[in-house]
Amino acid sequence: MQTQTIRPLRFGLHRFAAPPEFYRLAGRLIPWFGSAAAVLAAFGLYLGFFVAPTDFQQGEVYRIIFIHVPAAWMSMFIYAVMAFWAGVGLAFNTRMSSMWACAMAPTGALMAFLALWTGALWGRPAWGAYWAWDARMTSTLILLFLYLGFMALHGAIDDPRRADRAAGVLALVGVVNLPIIYFSVQWWNTLHQGATISLTRAPTMATTMLEAMFVMMLSFWMYSIATSLARVRAILLEREKRTSWAQAIARG
Amino acid sequence: MIQALLAVVRRDLLLAMRQRGDVFNVLMFFVIVVTMFPLGVGPDKDTLRLIAPGVVWVAALLSAILSLGRLFALDYADGTLEQIMLSGQPLSLTVLGKIAAHWLITGAPITVMSVVLAMVFDMAVGPGATLVASLLLGTPCLSLIGAVGAALTLGLRGAGVLVTLLVLPLYVPVLICGALAVERSAGGLSPAPGLMVLAALSLGATALAPWAIGAALRVSVE
Amino acid sequence: MHWASWQDFWAMGGSGRYVWGAYGLVALALAAEVMLLRARVRRARETVRRTADWSNKETQQ
Repeated sequence: MQTQTIRPLRFGLHRFAAPPEFYRLAGRLIPWFGSAAAVLAAFGLYLGFFVAPTDFQQGEVYRIIFIHVPAAWMSMFIYAVMAFWAGVGLAFNTRMSSMWACAMAPTGALMAFLALWTGALWGRPAWGAYWAWDARMTSTLILLFLYLGFMALHGAIDDPRRADRAAGVLALVGVVNLPIIYFSVQWWNTLHQGATISLTRAPTMATTMLEAMFVMMLSFWMYSIATSLARVRAILLEREKRTSWAQAIARG
Repeated sequence: MIQALLAVVRRDLLLAMRQRGDVFNVLMFFVIVVTMFPLGVGPDKDTLRLIAPGVVWVAALLSAILSLGRLFALDYADGTLEQIMLSGQPLSLTVLGKIAAHWLITGAPITVMSVVLAMVFDMAVGPGATLVASLLLGTPCLSLIGAVGAALTLGLRGAGVLVTLLVLPLYVPVLICGALAVERSAGGLSPAPGLMVLAALSLGATALAPWAIGAALRVSVE
Repeated sequence: MHWASWQDFWAMGGSGRYVWGAYGLVALALAAEVMLLRARVRRARETVRRTADWSNKETQQ
């Protein structure tokens, strides 16, 4: 069995790089992040439905924005964080970092999917088409493909360490490409549509709308952390099933 | 250093020439895929002229991905790749040499073939020339990015389809810029912006991809 | 509060099915993710338990 030398960090945080410690820490944190997500969601939805006014141009349907924008933003944010931790795992050969990156991927992919779906449901009543190939939606679709590629590559490799590292390289390549992809899609869109307005541009936002959206974004963030923590616990158990600490936890 | 690079290129070209069938197949794939579109869409000249840039470019993407199978897999299968990696030769150099050879047997023939295809789609001289130029500038980038995918999926079952999933999203900027340059040319505008971006993408990939490919090879070959 | 009645609230100015379709889907998806995760952790614990019992049996023999 391989022991890892862990470089000491301040406040003794380095001990959480060890699987059993991280498992217990994650278990303690999940209820906090879950509750925070729920409370923020309740508050955000209240603001969004009962405080934010009716939009001048779009009426009530704009309220989809309170879940559409948080989902879209989270999908991008999670990808960046995922690539960061995958990179750390590659650079310092730490297993925990790579496992954390893997834990985040499905939630990020789900966020991208929800952004696309809610965007389509918003687009139909607001601009007449479920899908309009505009820059932001198309980029989000490609982001979803990048997530799926990450998960597919990881799933196709049997050896967990090779899988972690291969997916890590892919994530880093993806994160470098993402701005290039976004700008090229934007260019593609403007040149093909001429002077048409960006279809998913939010309506000119009243302050209350922005507040509601911000609260919902925080809620989605807390939720994503909670699910990632839960998933990393599953991953830890799955990978460490032969170790004594995991077996002690499963029994007790 | 240049000599080492040329040696790698020469070796790969020799190996490819011994299996000329593989090389020819990729080119045939390119032509057949392009031919499918008029069959599916109808022979109206104006429609075809409109879709030509996109069709040729998508076919080029798919052909590039198809050809990646022989980039590293053959050397990996018989242990040569491991030897090369252990030999102490800088991996980036070897990688660049292999990709240069790969481009010579895939990207270059595709670029040449596109001259014929431009005529098939009844493109005017300007857009046709832009198409050829865009492929010339863009296919190196396709080989470089594709090599990352090939290196990551070495020896995996289902590697062929998996590589496609991984690499196509990364190809999107090249596709967009290539097709856009030709369309601008067809519309009377200068294709220079698109072509310059393509050149920049290929140069950037030449600078950065070898790192990623080396890392991926080290991961896959252990 | 600017809804004249609950009916107005559900109707959302005519686009009720889009708004509630969107929110409903998101709620469903997130709930499904949580449930699937719980099941996954449970299954993982089961696997670990079985691995522990199996390796114990081995060492006993």
